[in-house]
Amino acid sequence: MQILADTTLKELKQKAVKLRRDIIEMLYEAGSGHPGGSLSVLDILVLLYYRVMRIDAANCQYHDRDRLVLSKGHACPALYAVLADKGFFPAGELKRLRKIDSILQGHPDMRKTPGVEMSSGSLGQGLSVANGMALAARLENSRRRIFVILGDGEIQEGQVWEAAMTSAHYRLDNLTAFLDFNGLQIDGWVRDVKSLEPLLEKWKSFGWHALEVDGHDYRSLMEGVSRAFANKGAPTMIIARTVKGKGVSFMENQVDWHGKAPGKDEYEKALRELGYGKEGGASYGGDGYQGSLR
Amino acid sequence: MEAMATREAYGKALVELGHRMEKVVALDADLSKSTKSALFAEKFPLRFFNMGVSEADMMGTAAGLAASGFIPFASTFGVFATGRAYDQIRNSIAYTRLNVKIAASHTGITVGEDGASHQALEDIALMRVLPNMTVIVPVDGRQTFQAVEAAAAYDGPVYLRLGRLAVPQVIPEELSFELGKAQLLREGSDMMIVATGIMVKAALDAAEILEKDGISAAVVNVHTIKPLDGEFLVRMARITGAVVTAEEHSIIGGLGGAVAELLAENCPVPVIRVGIRDTFGESGAPKDLLQKYGLTAESLVLAGKRALELKKA
Repeated sequence: MQILADTTLKELKQKAVKLRRDIIEMLYEAGSGHPGGSLSVLDILVLLYYRVMRIDAANCQYHDRDRLVLSKGHACPALYAVLADKGFFPAGELKRLRKIDSILQGHPDMRKTPGVEMSSGSLGQGLSVANGMALAARLENSRRRIFVILGDGEIQEGQVWEAAMTSAHYRLDNLTAFLDFNGLQIDGWVRDVKSLEPLLEKWKSFGWHALEVDGHDYRSLMEGVSRAFANKGAPTMIIARTVKGKGVSFMENQVDWHGKAPGKDEYEKALRELGYGKEGGASYGGDGYQGSLR
Repeated sequence: MEAMATREAYGKALVELGHRMEKVVALDADLSKSTKSALFAEKFPLRFFNMGVSEADMMGTAAGLAASGFIPFASTFGVFATGRAYDQIRNSIAYTRLNVKIAASHTGITVGEDGASHQALEDIALMRVLPNMTVIVPVDGRQTFQAVEAAAAYDGPVYLRLGRLAVPQVIPEELSFELGKAQLLREGSDMMIVATGIMVKAALDAAEILEKDGISAAVVNVHTIKPLDGEFLVRMARITGAVVTAEEHSIIGGLGGAVAELLAENCPVPVIRVGIRDTFGESGAPKDLLQKYGLTAESLVLAGKRALELKKA
């Protein structure tokens, strides 16, 4: 089991604050988009991209790279912030989110954005795609790993459960799935719209190795990943308990922030909360960040 | 070559391909014995994935395999491939331009006894409207071999429309197959019949009958409905001035729709569409169904005469 050192933990947290600012800034510039789910999923992406995945921004198509499918495509501002920070494309592109001729579409487009492995946006499709990638890795005897992130509302889609059976049937232990379990979907609390419970038991009964972690605690997330990697013969579902809108007080657990951009006052308030001007305080990946993470 | 169902030829062609191209893999949704992908499964068990009764999942899985450099052929009945899994094909395969080949068997009314729920009469329309999609309808066994070959050689999504029934060899052996190129099977000057799939044979028979009435009808096989061989079809329309289309598919959105759209913009001549006239099918013996729904040489003859009347008017 890998335990993250205190220094690593601190660096990851600093990185996440900077990326949360990027998310708020790009959504403000875009004038539309999905802050709630972007902020809830961010820490999962941070752990994967800065500590777990074998990828290379300078050679982003190298064959044996790990793959990540963001099945809940509407959270792409979080992915874009990470990819820009990792150097897959210039950070200046973040300003062009959702604008005409941009490489950053409202939902992920693998043909337009370097580092995006699969287009998504129509919910429920990413797990099937990740299964295909996992089968491909196995056919090639490759050690590359496949990651997929689903939303909690998303797993109301029937295709997810078709795919869940496939992953288990083919014993895809090179596949690790995350559920960004923030508890909210567009029309309200997931438990009110259409309950997922018993959630952990559902995945287990579908033949998965399933566990729960705190989706904003890097040590807890890392423990989940370690347990996933150690498990053989079955895919792992890491149910990450998260907070929709995490990091911006007035967005947290507020369903209204699922799919709207901040106005000027909200934008400034959010940036203040995220320490704008404090630690270098640059905008748009201008990266006042001094640590070792890249 | 003897009479053979295009699905049978597909299964055999896939095995040949499997021997030569190690990146070719196959998926099916619990219909492998019917779609004939079972032939591939037998030879290459590790490269075959039965997805169970989950067409949507199958299309997504195929997309993931293609995104990793494989060439997946995903088979099921046409009605499930295109209708059940439409959004998966749209967003995970067509939008992404991934190299997935959808091989759909049991298309058209000649599915027969299983009835309307299993008869894909709108699949060409559904696939044709998708950007990046190539749509191929082979006529006979030999052409299916060629089409499978061409689909594998082409990098991008392909919809291959196959049939259940054994069909005679129609296309002369010496004719090569080029993706996107129509084939002029019979010369003619008064009108042309543009046909696809099993209706090509009916079109050739109709041209024989018309000739006895002193009408010279050209017959064109459009095996690639998208991209349509527009240049050739417009040239032929200019020469003949009257057109009949023939397909085992709805007259809305399929070959007839494509040809009518093309000619309306480039060479407005009378176009009579022969196909399923905006209705579902039903159970019955295939030949009885073809008769009842007007997919016969005789229907094409009548349509041809009507087109000629309009041309003169």
